[in-house]
Order: sequence, then C-alpha cells, then structure tokens
Amino acid sequence: MRKLSRLRRRKITAPALLLLALVIVGNAYAFIGATVTTPGATASNARSTMVTEGREIFLRGCSSCHGLNAEGGGVAPSLVGVGAASVDFQVGTGRMPMADMSVQAIRKPSRYTAAETAALAEYVASLAPGPAIPGAAQLTFERDGNTAEGGELFRTNCAMCHNAAGQGGALTQGKQAPSLMGVEPRHIYEAMITGPQSMPVFGDKAITPQEKLSIIKWIKSVENEKGLGGASLGKVGPVTEGLMGWVGGIGLLIAISVWLATKSR
Amino acid sequence: MKPARERVAGSVANFVDERVGAAKFLKKNLNKVFPDHWSFMLGEIALYSFIILLLSGTFLTFWFVPSQEELIYNGSYVPLKGIQMSAAYASTLDISFDIRGGMLMRQVHHWAALLFLAAMVAHLMRVFFTGAFRKPRELNWILGVGLLTLGIVEGFLGYSLPDDLLSGTGIRIAEAILQAIPVVGTYAAFFAFGGAFPGLVFIPRIYTVHVLLIPGIILGLITVHLMLVWYQKHTQYPGPGRTEKNVVGYPLMPVYMAKAGGFFFIVFGVTAFLGAVASINPIWVFGPYTPTQISAGSQPDWYMGWLDGLVRMSPPLESYIFNHTISWNILIPGLIVPGIMFTGMALWPFIEAWATGDKREHNLLDRPRNAPTRTAVGVMSLTFTVVALINGGNDIIATHFSFTINQIMWATRISIFVLPPLSYVITKRICLALQRADRDLVLHGRETGRLVMLPHGEFVEIHEELSPEEAWTRTSHEQLAPIPAAGIDANGVRANGVLKDRIRARISKGILQEQIAKPTAKEKLELGDGHH
Amino acid sequence: MSNTELEPLKDPGLPAHAHRKADHDEVAAKRAERQVSILFLLSAAGTILFIYSYIWIAQDIYVYLPVIGTTNAHQLFLGLGLAFSLFFIGAGAVHWAKTLMPDQEVIAQRHEMRSSDEDRAGFIATVKENGASAGLGRRTLIKRTLGLSLGLVGLSPLLLLRDLGPLPSDDLTKTSWAEGVHLVTDPGNRRLRPEDLEIGAVAHVLPEMKHPEHRKLDDIAKDALLLIRIRPEEFRLDAEKLSWTYQGIIAFSKICSHMGCAVALYEQQTKHLLCPCHQSTFDVPTGAKVIFGPAARPLPQLAIKVNAEGFLVAAAPFNQPVGPSFWERRK
Repeated sequence: MRKLSRLRRRKITAPALLLLALVIVGNAYAFIGATVTTPGATASNARSTMVTEGREIFLRGCSSCHGLNAEGGGVAPSLVGVGAASVDFQVGTGRMPMADMSVQAIRKPSRYTAAETAALAEYVASLAPGPAIPGAAQLTFERDGNTAEGGELFRTNCAMCHNAAGQGGALTQGKQAPSLMGVEPRHIYEAMITGPQSMPVFGDKAITPQEKLSIIKWIKSVENEKGLGGASLGKVGPVTEGLMGWVGGIGLLIAISVWLATKSR
Repeated sequence: MKPARERVAGSVANFVDERVGAAKFLKKNLNKVFPDHWSFMLGEIALYSFIILLLSGTFLTFWFVPSQEELIYNGSYVPLKGIQMSAAYASTLDISFDIRGGMLMRQVHHWAALLFLAAMVAHLMRVFFTGAFRKPRELNWILGVGLLTLGIVEGFLGYSLPDDLLSGTGIRIAEAILQAIPVVGTYAAFFAFGGAFPGLVFIPRIYTVHVLLIPGIILGLITVHLMLVWYQKHTQYPGPGRTEKNVVGYPLMPVYMAKAGGFFFIVFGVTAFLGAVASINPIWVFGPYTPTQISAGSQPDWYMGWLDGLVRMSPPLESYIFNHTISWNILIPGLIVPGIMFTGMALWPFIEAWATGDKREHNLLDRPRNAPTRTAVGVMSLTFTVVALINGGNDIIATHFSFTINQIMWATRISIFVLPPLSYVITKRICLALQRADRDLVLHGRETGRLVMLPHGEFVEIHEELSPEEAWTRTSHEQLAPIPAAGIDANGVRANGVLKDRIRARISKGILQEQIAKPTAKEKLELGDGHH
Repeated sequence: MSNTELEPLKDPGLPAHAHRKADHDEVAAKRAERQVSILFLLSAAGTILFIYSYIWIAQDIYVYLPVIGTTNAHQLFLGLGLAFSLFFIGAGAVHWAKTLMPDQEVIAQRHEMRSSDEDRAGFIATVKENGASAGLGRRTLIKRTLGLSLGLVGLSPLLLLRDLGPLPSDDLTKTSWAEGVHLVTDPGNRRLRPEDLEIGAVAHVLPEMKHPEHRKLDDIAKDALLLIRIRPEEFRLDAEKLSWTYQGIIAFSKICSHMGCAVALYEQQTKHLLCPCHQSTFDVPTGAKVIFGPAARPLPQLAIKVNAEGFLVAAAPFNQPVGPSFWERRK
C-alpha cells in the first residue's frame, strides 16, 4: 500500500512542482491584489487564504486524477459545482483519495486533517456554487428529528440499498452500499444532498431537511440499539440464521447424539 | 405389606387395564427392541422440534392478532412509535417487548422451526443414503417426503404471519408464483388473497392454516409414521450378530425410554439456549410491510432459500401464446423443478427396486459405499440444492466475501448444470475406492506402521488382521448381479426383446456392474493369517 | 465357479457383553449416581434462575457478554434458565441410562410383513363373501348411481370456496394513475416540481389522494413509482417514450415486472436499477430494459408532464399492467 502511494506521489511530483511555482506566483499576486482592492475585509481574506491552501492540497493530492482545474479526467469526474459538502464527505470519510482503481471508493481513515479537508472543500466550493457543508446549527437531529418518522423514510428511501438495519448491501457488479454504522451525522447528511458515487441525490423537496434529520436520528438509534434478543448475527437476515441453525443447532445435537449412542465404559 | 407408592401405582394400573386391556399390549411392547445409533436420533430431533413448536406456538397464539387491519403502534418499542402498521405486526411487537418471556418464546419457536426442517432433511439424508426406504418401508418414505413438504409450507406461512417487511416481501413473491400458473393462476391468486395483493384477509387465512390445518395433518402423519416404525421395527446397521431377521438393541423400558425422553429435554434445552443467546427474525428491525418498501438482502429462511436461488438464476424467459403470458422465469424454478425433485424423491424407492430388480424386504441398512449409484444420486441432488441455496444468498455472500452478485449468479448458473453430474461421478469413484479399501483391509489387515526385517534382508510392514467382527461388518453386504437383458437365452442369442426390458437391463447394469467384489472366505483363507 | 468359492465370511455373532465399570465397581456406580444427581440439581438451578429472571430482572437492564455483546438481561437469563432447566434433565436422564441402567443388548426376531398365504386367502374369501352378500356384484344400478353421487358430492366443498375472493376483472391492469394526477412524495405527500429533482436525484412517489392517511396497501402495491432525473441527452428512447419524460425526469413503476418486489435500488453513476429480491437489473436510459437477472420485461413507464401550476403530474394512465405477469396479460 505504502509503496503504491509513494509511486503515485512520484508520478505527480513533476507537474506538482511545476504548478507549485505557478501557485506561489499566483497567490502572491492575489494576495497583493486583495490587499489593494478590499482593505480590511478579513473574513473574505481568511476565506481566500483557505481557498489558496485548498488549491495547493488539491494540486498535490487530487489533480492527477481530477485535473489541474478540477475539470475531471478519464478516470475521475469534474468537481466543478459539486460543492463543499461533497468534498467534506469524500475526503472526510477517507473515500478520496482512492486507494486503488477498484469499482468504488471505500470508507477508510481520512488522509487529511480537518483543517486540510476544510481548505480543500473551500477551494472546490470556490469553483462553482454547490451544496455547502451542513453546520452544527443545521444538524440538530437530536432536537428536531423524529426517530419513528426517520425509520419510515429510511425504509422507503434507503433500506433497499443499505438494508433495513443500515448494515449495507450488494449493488451490481461488485459495488456495495456501505454500512451506515458509525458514520458521522454530518457525513450522512452530505451523502443525501450530494449523492456520492452510486448513491442518488435526495433533494430538499424529495426529503426535507427536517426529514433528513429524522433519518439521521433513526440511524443513530439503530446504531446504539443494544441486543434485544441476544447476539445479532450480523442483522443480515435468514442467511446467518440458517447457518446458525445447522451448525449451532443440528451440529450440536448430532454431537450430543453421538455421546448418547456411545456405550459407556 | 407393599409400600404405599406401589399400592397406588397398582390400583391405577388396574383401573386402566380393566377398561382398555393395556397390560397385554404393554407387556409385549415394553421389551420392544430399539437399535442405538447416533444417526437414528435425527428423526427424533425432528419429532421433538415439532412438539416444541406446538408448545411455543400455542403460547404465541395467546397474544398474536392475525389481522391486517391497520392501527397506529403505541407499544414500548420507541423507534416504531406512531407508525401505521397491521394488527398482526403490532401484536408481534407486543409479544416481543411487552410480554415477559414473549421474545424468548418467539425466538424458541423460530429456532425450533429451523431445527425441525433441518432435522427432517438430515433424517431424510440418513434414510436415503443407508437405503432404509427399501421394502417394506416405502410407504413411510412417502409419508416422510409429505411431511417435509408440509413442513416447508408450514415454515413459510409462519415466516409470513408477523407481517413485517421481510415476510410481506415473501408473500408478495408467493402471490407472483400463484399468479404465474397458466389458466387458473390469476383466479387462484384472487381467491387466496380475497382480491388483489395484499388485501386484508390473507394473514387471517394463513393463520388458520398455520395453527390448525397443517399442524393437524403433520401430527396425523407423524403418528402414522411412528406407528409404522413401531410395527415394522427399526432398521439396523450391519454388524456381527445382526441379520435381516433380527433386531439388536436396547429394550424400550428402561434404557430407550430414558434416552429418548432425556433427548427430548436436551433438544428443548438446546432450542431454548439458541432462543436465549441468538437473535432470530428481529422483525422490529425490518419494520411493517408496505409494498413500496424493501430491504437489501431480503431472503427467505434457509429451507426456501434454494427455491429463491433457483428463481434468481433463472433466465429471463417469458412467452406469449394467443395473447396469454406464460412466465417460464417463474414456473420453471418455482414450480416445475421443485415438482420434479419432490416427485422423484417420493418415487425413488420404486425406481430403485425396478432398476435393480430387488423386491425383497430389507431390514439391514446399506453402508453408503456399498450402493455407489444411490449414494451418487443422493450427493448429486444435494449438490444441486446447495448450489441453488448459495445463489439464494448471493447478495449476502457478495458483500461479505467480496464477490459481485453477477459473478455468483453466473457461477451458480453454470455450476447448477456442471457440478451435480461431476459430483455424481466423483461420489461413485469414492464409493468404489472405499469398497476397494474395505477389501484390502479385510484381506490384508490394517497397516501398523511397524517394520520388520526378514532373515534375507527384506523389510516388510506388519499388517494387523481385522477382528472377525470388523471383517464381517465390511463384508456382510450383498452384491447383486445386474438383471440379464430380457430375451437373451442361455446361448446368448438375442430374441426380440421388449424395449422396456432392454432399457431396464441397461440401467441395472449401470447401477450394479461396477462393484469391487467383496472378499470371500476362500480368498481370505488362501491369504493366510495376514503375514504380508 | 462353484458356490463354495463365493462363500462369504462367517458372521461371528453378537460380541460378548462387556461390563461397564459401574456394573461391578460400587465406587464407580456411586460416582455415576452422584453425577446424575448433580445434573438434575443443575436443572433445578436453571428453574430457579428462570423464576428469578421473570420476577426480579427488569426488562430494561442490559448486560455485556463476550461473543454475544450487550444484550437484554431479562430475556437472556430467562432463556438461559429455561435452557438449563430442560437440558440438564435430559443430560441427567441420558447419563443415568448410559451408566446405570442395564446395557446388555438384546436380540428380538423380526417377522416378514407379508401375511401368511392362509390369512391372505381368508381375507379375500371374506371380502368376496361379504361383498356378494351386499349384492355389490349384481346391483349395477346402485353401484353406478353411488359412484355418480360420490363424484358429485366433492363439488360442494369446492363450490363453497368460490366466495374466497372476487374475480380478477381489471384489477390487475388498473392503477390510480390518470391524466392530471399529482405526483406526491412517499412518505410526506408533498407535490413535486421538476426543479425539486437535480440531475442524479430520485424521488419515491405515489399518486395524490384527498385523504392520504386512508391510502390502501392494495393501491400502493400498484401505484408506487420511482422518479429519476438524468441528463435528457442520455436517454435512448423511442419518440413516444421520450415524450413521456420531462426534462430528463422519467417515471417507472416501482413494482418489479418479475415478482413484484419494490425495485428501488438506483445506481446514480451506472443508471441501473436493481431489484434486491432476485437481482434483475434494469437500464434507466433505455427505458428500464432488463440487462441482467430473471425479469423478462422492462418496468412499465408512466407518462408525466408539468401542469399549469408547474407541478409534476401524470400525463396518462399506465399503458400496461404493472407488476408480475399473469395469464391474461397481453403482450
């Protein structure tokens, strides 16, 4: 793995170096320009600094696939207009950058710090308007969500891919809908509004923001649900139950039968 | 003066005997002999699971409301509070969360159902592979096939009753199968559901079928099944002192009673243990049924899984004849193939008797290796079913073992044709190899691993001769000769043979010709005392 | 070959009975007795655990156990109590039978199932005699009429089943969709505008009803719809079907054309719809054509349009029955 990523880094070293020079020049210019045209606008300054940082990170880590201006390439989609939410989801859940060119990106520890992710998101958001990262004020699912309503919405809109208990499920050609256990509420929200990878987009009219909070609250309630009838057997339905019945049930009883039918000495 | 206890027992016995004359019957039957073997307990597991099902099921009926009337749930399971659902689903939630021991009994009931079916299948395999179905027990075999069929239907109905998302999906598929039957299908479906799917009457109807009709029939058939076992006496494995004419084992009283009775409690205990520690059919996770919802990884219970697997792998075939639709993609995997399998299974004893020409009574079991063709047919059918079963869980297998659904689907589509014949051939070879090994063992004894040097310098391994008991167990079976082709007289001149007879002769040759001749007493004698 | 050459090995007969330790060793017998009693006592302890759990363990207490995880204590200990109380009775009884009850195998003789020739002859004679005395052979008119009535009597119970359900009529071909019916979200019952769906978005919809709380499952089972929006240029549809879409929004029946499960699993990138029941895969841009799996027909497409107020409505009813095939279905 490490070798692979090193290789990738090496592959992008040349263009990256070249671009770094450009970036530095560009940045310096932008900085000077900013100070000249809008003196004292610190908030917008901070933002433009983040955009600049984000662009740097982007050029180092993402541009080899997504293109120098995030316009997309042969293997990766354009990021123009995907919005900050999409970046926060993809990078924050470790899906991007991808480990390899498999059928889909999977959740893994993020390679970037929160600050770096935020900068990246800010940069991509600066390219064209798109869904923003939901803030804490928006993610009030504990207060505004309704678990039962969320369950109903989940079963209609999500369960066919993610399974009725959010355990994940199979899609076509080896793709999977991931398990939703242990996913940050923010990331769940972002996934619904951005439709990452195979997942469709659930707009705010199809599922209102309040309904989205209900869904999150329901997922969290499933996540925190303790065993009610013993070991859960993976919550994937009758397959594991059947296996258990044969191995733990008939298997055990056959073992006992052998004991029963053996002559005592 | 007798002790008080004995006096009471005596007067009770007297009361009963004076009215039904039980003493004569019991005197004869308390000494009834039952052979002991672990594989003879499989049928008992099925019987005991059925009793557990009756007991736990009765408990569940006290609270279960078999109705599809909609209501708003207001029980103690918070994530479903305020949701519209059927009374059947709500009452199942109540049993699970608001009645002490209700969850346990639900889980015991469901585990017992899985065990009931699994034990029946295991019992069936034992009976098949040992040839216990042969004359005079063909009728009991057919009863057994009937019981298995009823058990599958009964299990499916039970799975359907709680009206959760999973069971509703199952009913939906069952309705589609009904609807696919040519000519009468649509009517059958409308009659069964009281109109269009899902209607309001299906669950109340199948409830009656599930708790009364089918268990009643099963109970009746089990009674006949056991009476026949009792009357015909149990089969036994070959061994020293065991013949077609006797039965060696323990008397009913006390050993068999204690073991069989004790085993009932063991089976119940194991089922209760499963019900205590392992969650089964967590309906609160699935939610109430509505036709617009579905969960990834929707599966039937394992005994229906092979059918679902067949349906999944079916090619998309549908034909239109005179403005009518025939759904081969449902009919073939859902009705035709299982119909052929179960009919073939029920008729197998007669097919085998016809093909081998063996119409005699058999009370000694076959060792599976000594009936290679039968064993191979059994393994072939099992392979077929297991391949289908694997495809029935293809989505779960795909996500847990990093395959794609499409890969598994194609692998099983091919395997369902390739693996069964292959397993037939391999099984037959293995059986013959085991026969050969038996022959070698009987003639040359067991390799001990001890080497000795002979006076002239040659090294030989000491072979330990089998005990006469072991040698007998390995040689007591009969080896039938193939049926001679009809119409060939002593001089080998072919007369105008009837085609049917010729086919039969050919089949019997296929079944019986390939045998490793078992050692005879003469061969054994000639080889001496195993100095090799 | 003579018969002596083929003579099999000799049956050595039932091996001599080997005595168990407990049969002659009083110490061993005592030990076995103690073991059996301990097993029975364990069962009693199980019952006590059961009673204790039923009465004193509250239903909202959870315990952590390795392998099982955190689980409800009431249910767990109730079950373990029951399991122990039953299992150890059985284990005790079996151990008792194995160690202390007589273990001498006995031999009983079998008899052929076939009745003796005498009995058979007697049976046949009785049947013939009794049959003759009843006049079965002679009174053919009685025989025939009896046969007729017995045959007919079976019709009554069959006829009684007639009212189990109505005749299908056009129930399977009709849905609630008609021109102008609003598409509303499921759940939520909110009307939708085209701009509510971005490219790559889906919405699960039902026809609008005056009293959505009275919506019947029978109707949902036919009406459920999936709205999908893709780029209009990606459609590869004939002119008619293309006219049923609206700016890249296409509506399919959610009820699988194979066995009626909800086909709702939409992959935004590949634009495939997958049915989780039997894995039929439908291709959205070509009008839900089947590209994998057992389904034989595309999902029926509903014609949609936008009404004067800008809401999405049905442009026409379905032009074919939704859901699984049936005999009367026309191509």
